[in-house]
Amino acid sequence: MIINHPLLGPRDASEFTYLGDASLINRPDWQAEDAAEAFYEYGYLRDNPAGEHQELWYHEAGDRSWLVVTRDTTTHEISKVELARDVARARGRSK
Amino acid sequence: MRYSGFRVIKEALTGHKGWKPVWRDPEPKAHYDIVVIGGGGHGLATAHYLSKVYGHRNVAVVEKGWIGGGNVGRNTTIVRSNYMLDGNEPFYEFSMKLWEGLEQDLNYNAMMSQRGILNLFHTDGQRDAYTRRGNAMILHGADAELLDADQVRKEHPYLNFDDARFPIKGGLAQRRGGTARHDAVAWGFARSADSHGVDIIQNCEVTGLRIENGKCLGVETSKGFIGANKVGCAVAGNSGRVMNMAGMRLPIESHVLQAFVSEGLKPVLPSVITYGAGHFYVSQSDKGGLVFGGDIDGYNTYAQRGNLPVVEDVCEGGVSLMPMIGRSRLLRMWGGVMDMSMDGSPIIDRTPVEGLYFNGGWCYGGFKATPASGYCFAHLLAQDEPHSTATAYRFDRFRTGRMIDEKGVGNQPNLH
Amino acid sequence: MTQSNRLSGGQIDRNTTVNFQFDNHNYTAHPGDTLGSALLANDVRLIGRSFKYHRPRGLLTAGSEEPNGIVELRSGNRQEPNTRATTTEMFDGLEAQSQNRWPSLKFDALGVNDLFSNFLSAGFYYKTFMWPAAFWEKVYEPIIRRAAGLGSLSMEADPDEYDKGFRHCDLLIIGAGPSGLMAALTAGRAGADVILADEDFRFGGRLNSETFSVGDQSSSDWAEQAVAELSSMPNVRLMARTTVIGAFDHGIYGAVERTGDHVATLPAGKPRQILWRIYTKKALLCAGSTERPIAFENNDRPGIMMASALRTYANRFAATASQRVAIFTNNDDGHRTAADLHAKGVHVCAVIDVREDAPVNYDYEVLSGAQVVNTKGRLGLTFVEVALPDGSTRTLECGALGVSGGWNPNVHLTCHQRGRPVWNDDLAAFVPGPNLPVGLTVAGAANGVMSTQGALQSGAEAAAAALELSVAQPVLPEAEDAPIAQKPFWYVEGCKRAWLDQQNDVTVKDVKLSYQEGFRSVEHLKRYTTLGMATDQGKTSNISALAIMAEVAGKSIPETGTTIFRPPYTPVPISTFAGRMKGQEFHPTRLTPSHYWAKERDAVFVEVGNWLRAQWFPLPGETHWRESVDREVRQTRASVGVCDCTTLGKIDVQGADAADFLNRVYANGFAKLPVGKTRYGLMLREDGMVMDDGTAARLAEDHFVVTTTTANAVNVYRHMEFVRQCLFPDMDVQLISTTESWAQYAVAGPNSRKLLQKIVDPEFDISNHAFPFMGCGNITVCGGLRARLFRISFSGELAFEIAVPSRHGDALMRRLMAEGEEFDVVPYGTEALGVMRIEKGHAAGNELNGTTTALNLGLGKMVSKKKDSIGSTLSEREALVEPDVLRLVGIKPVSPEEKVTAGGHLMNTTGPVDAAHDQGYVTSAAYSPILNSNIGLGLLKDGANRMGEKMRLVSPLTDLTVEVEIVSAHFVDPEGERLRA
Repeated sequence: MIINHPLLGPRDASEFTYLGDASLINRPDWQAEDAAEAFYEYGYLRDNPAGEHQELWYHEAGDRSWLVVTRDTTTHEISKVELARDVARARGRSK
Repeated sequence: MRYSGFRVIKEALTGHKGWKPVWRDPEPKAHYDIVVIGGGGHGLATAHYLSKVYGHRNVAVVEKGWIGGGNVGRNTTIVRSNYMLDGNEPFYEFSMKLWEGLEQDLNYNAMMSQRGILNLFHTDGQRDAYTRRGNAMILHGADAELLDADQVRKEHPYLNFDDARFPIKGGLAQRRGGTARHDAVAWGFARSADSHGVDIIQNCEVTGLRIENGKCLGVETSKGFIGANKVGCAVAGNSGRVMNMAGMRLPIESHVLQAFVSEGLKPVLPSVITYGAGHFYVSQSDKGGLVFGGDIDGYNTYAQRGNLPVVEDVCEGGVSLMPMIGRSRLLRMWGGVMDMSMDGSPIIDRTPVEGLYFNGGWCYGGFKATPASGYCFAHLLAQDEPHSTATAYRFDRFRTGRMIDEKGVGNQPNLH
Repeated sequence: MTQSNRLSGGQIDRNTTVNFQFDNHNYTAHPGDTLGSALLANDVRLIGRSFKYHRPRGLLTAGSEEPNGIVELRSGNRQEPNTRATTTEMFDGLEAQSQNRWPSLKFDALGVNDLFSNFLSAGFYYKTFMWPAAFWEKVYEPIIRRAAGLGSLSMEADPDEYDKGFRHCDLLIIGAGPSGLMAALTAGRAGADVILADEDFRFGGRLNSETFSVGDQSSSDWAEQAVAELSSMPNVRLMARTTVIGAFDHGIYGAVERTGDHVATLPAGKPRQILWRIYTKKALLCAGSTERPIAFENNDRPGIMMASALRTYANRFAATASQRVAIFTNNDDGHRTAADLHAKGVHVCAVIDVREDAPVNYDYEVLSGAQVVNTKGRLGLTFVEVALPDGSTRTLECGALGVSGGWNPNVHLTCHQRGRPVWNDDLAAFVPGPNLPVGLTVAGAANGVMSTQGALQSGAEAAAAALELSVAQPVLPEAEDAPIAQKPFWYVEGCKRAWLDQQNDVTVKDVKLSYQEGFRSVEHLKRYTTLGMATDQGKTSNISALAIMAEVAGKSIPETGTTIFRPPYTPVPISTFAGRMKGQEFHPTRLTPSHYWAKERDAVFVEVGNWLRAQWFPLPGETHWRESVDREVRQTRASVGVCDCTTLGKIDVQGADAADFLNRVYANGFAKLPVGKTRYGLMLREDGMVMDDGTAARLAEDHFVVTTTTANAVNVYRHMEFVRQCLFPDMDVQLISTTESWAQYAVAGPNSRKLLQKIVDPEFDISNHAFPFMGCGNITVCGGLRARLFRISFSGELAFEIAVPSRHGDALMRRLMAEGEEFDVVPYGTEALGVMRIEKGHAAGNELNGTTTALNLGLGKMVSKKKDSIGSTLSEREALVEPDVLRLVGIKPVSPEEKVTAGGHLMNTTGPVDAAHDQGYVTSAAYSPILNSNIGLGLLKDGANRMGEKMRLVSPLTDLTVEVEIVSAHFVDPEGERLRA
């Protein structure tokens, strides 16, 4: 596979390490009342769709960017690649 | 029809006219006591034990394609019960015992061959972990043997002892482990279930689960609605898709595992061997092909195919471990979609939906589990409580912290 | 021996004669031959034996689709089983042996299987060999295994080298026949970067096998001229002997170039084969088509071949299987073969055409509406029996029979991403379907365009379309443009045994039996009968079997199913995929800066991940590793020792939010750590298990240096980047791995300070007061060399770790040894390190096994509840905090000399020894030269409350039962007085 890195252009997927669903960005609030349940769901449950999937790839043998790749899990077609940091900010994460 | 050597001879002399279809090709009935989704190894084994052991004959197995076309026909055929943890070992040892009597139980030769399996280790840490595992196996009533490097060399002189980047320090052997003819396992279970009255319905894709008031009433299929008192889902690889029809999210991701076979060779490998310093495991089939595999490709996918980097990685491991296979040729590669679970262990459990039961999360160890998985799922479907060897395979173990994590890599499915 | 079946003409170099051996007989051939053509030229038809019935077999084809003509090539450690004679390029000194026969090819004892073939029908083994159960492994299986298999391995390591490489192009053209060459000319002339790959050693494909003309040239001359033009284009790369084996995601193609298979001996260091990954913008499949046979009684005898193969051997290789041939066909192409053979002076006995309206010919007899119903000749064809339309039969005497059942497009690569071909009634064949790999198009015969003119045009158009060239209609040479004239015909009715898959011995009857027993889908058919599973992957048999299955089922072929193909297109040596990553080169070897110093000291090294670390340093006279390790431990604890700990992961953390960041990734707090201090850090995974431990030293308000274990260096860094980029993207913090930038050494023991004081520059006070336990700072050593000093200890002694830029590591180690002479300084390795950490009760890799929590390790209090950190929430799940969870304990045998085994399990002193009564297990064990006892660490249920308890340590695996006492894990200096000294 080839991942079109937003900063570096097309790179072979073997330069990257895969983590999983980009929902891993949505880490729950540790102080929320339902934190235990929220962390369980965050840590363990997945949509695992057959089709479009947003997922985290790490450019381990490259610039060490975490990327959010939108890829179809039935065809492997990649429709979008973003810096995970931008996605995290867009989802309201800060510090 | 009973199979035997005598029967083969008789049919040969009378033009093979007497052989009947190995299973019928029935139209679905309107309603069954139990419908099993998935005509793979686990679904068919479930049907066999439901009908033969638990006396349920009003059972259907619905399969979207042809039976045995999924992972039971795509694996590297290894059978073993060399697990470390309490949640796993009794179950896999139960499975091993079922394997040992399978041909007689099914009257079908699945070619279960107890050629032994050897897990090599290359560091002191690995030796310690294998020692713990081997002891656990023995304490659970299974067999295990720790070999030092010299003993390994005596049994497998062709391994790389002279030029290895990670020298072989020894191995953990399970002599009762081995291989079985994977397709025949599916066919044998199908034939037996069919002979006990189970309807095996091929080319019947489940398109929905009919759930009313929290109860599952049956399955919508490409051949119409089929009612059922209980529905069991055994579609590993596609668990996410099917359970999504019941609105469930699972502790599972789908990943592809590639497998490989070489051209046929005269006998070279006496047993199953796994490499401890690379991603490579191998055995030789009765036909002579080296059947081997390695790690999953590592990204979520439902496509039954992989990519070159993993092919190279597996072959690098293979040639490093056994340099004499280098000039044999890789004949065919294929992929199977795995239910990779959050702790590397399976789930056989009820679901929040009444009448809907789940069997999945087998990662890439589903084949060896086939008989016990079928047995335990049949037990759960028939008696509504887990079989004694499968009590740990619950959905709620992740919520309570009772993970069964043999590799210790945590909640990242592609590492298991 | 003379080449008695050599014809005139051909593309062989008759000026040169080479010698080769087959089954230890000497023969001659010419460059340009294949092993197959050379054997035919020498009148050798019998080449192998089939898999199951051991039937005598000869060549069926002239290409890579060959099922029968497979041999063991070369000898010694270069022996290469199952090699297709039809694609093996001739070289002087070639050696080949027939295989799967004993004692000889002509008299094969297992040929007896053929007599019992009726008992060995498809799937017979599933129905028998079950009684008694124990006989399978002992009796039945060994017999089957010995009889099965094909060629044999030498059992020696493959001595050759293999390479891998990457190539990029605008257009990859797969196949250099008429469509591929025309496509390459079109794309090349337009300036595109083109790769043209063909499995053959000569470009041209069928053009080399035909007597057509293209324009005003012979077809092979036209091909040669096209190749010449392409060679002159700098933007076109021609890759002969290169098989494109697979179409992978995103336009990546795998290709195998055979750079050394056509020479007797490779130049030293040159690769035998190269695996290319070709990154393409577009790809064009011009793989041509494969002729398919017709099945009839005894259609497998040596001498019975594809008609097109006879034609190829005659026209390209100037060889014939016999001087008397017949042709059996259902189409006009079969007549072409007859005409070409006749023109070469081979006697054509007859053309047997199933069609009533077969074309007439005056040079030889044409039997219209006739069928071949049987053949004779045990080791080679002698007679063909033909049924004529009037019901009579005729016997023809001939040594070769060419069979032509039509042509199947080579759609293989179009299926590699699980696309399915579709049926085309006009061709009676499958053509590429709509779901092609992205970027791939198909031209020429592979796309069902069967005439030469059509192929040229299709290639030109497809190349133009792929590259979006807006050129006018390309100027094409005039060429053969005959329509397809055939009558679909798969097998002759009423035969007893008619082969489909010749290698695996699958006959028409087996397909029918498969249907009868309910194995009716294509996948079931293949798996039940083994059809198409042989080394040729059913290239000549799959479609015919499918057609027969369709007929038996009373369905159309497309209703019955399709058959798809998987990579690789042809089998590839496992070595080729491995490349140079084998033996010592399997993984990179990482060496620390003082590696060569350690080597000089005769260190014994151990692999730790990819690193090599000194395990111990034997002195002359020490005969057992324990002597060395015990000495290293004693001397370190008594005076001072130095250990290379460069391999520990080091991560530089900088930024205004650095402390906040560490607060999130570590379970314990870092916000209040003062500058100049180091703290032990416990890092959890989000699931609450311990991920790693290490230290974080605060060198400045906004600057920390973090260490990780050697094993987890990569994972921890990745994890920290995840936390930084994905979870807290606005934190002002930057990370970089500095593992390789700094050489780091532990200096441990009561004299460690004294030793360091000799090299630390005098302006830096490292006294206990000025530089207390857990102190850290930037310093200089040896007169101005920048260094970092950390007062941390893994051994439990007064200890420091000192880091210098990597290039000074070797010098620093030598200096420490020299300056330490007065203290009897000792270098120590990982074994002594391990002993001392067990004595001290420090958890390490064996305890941090990914399933242990902080609580398990006795570090529960470190998990701060006052802040958000990774893993803290899930670490509190009910099963992880139950009262009797495993706790880290020390284990001491009641008799000190008794062995403690890591991996042993702990049982109560009384009661059963079984899994149900398991209390825990030993994680680490060592001999402590300080305590003069074996000791261990372990994880024990409710261990914190079981100090002093006697237990049984059992290891049935190693036949060991030892009485042990549960003690504190801190065997040495439990109060930590030495650390702070």
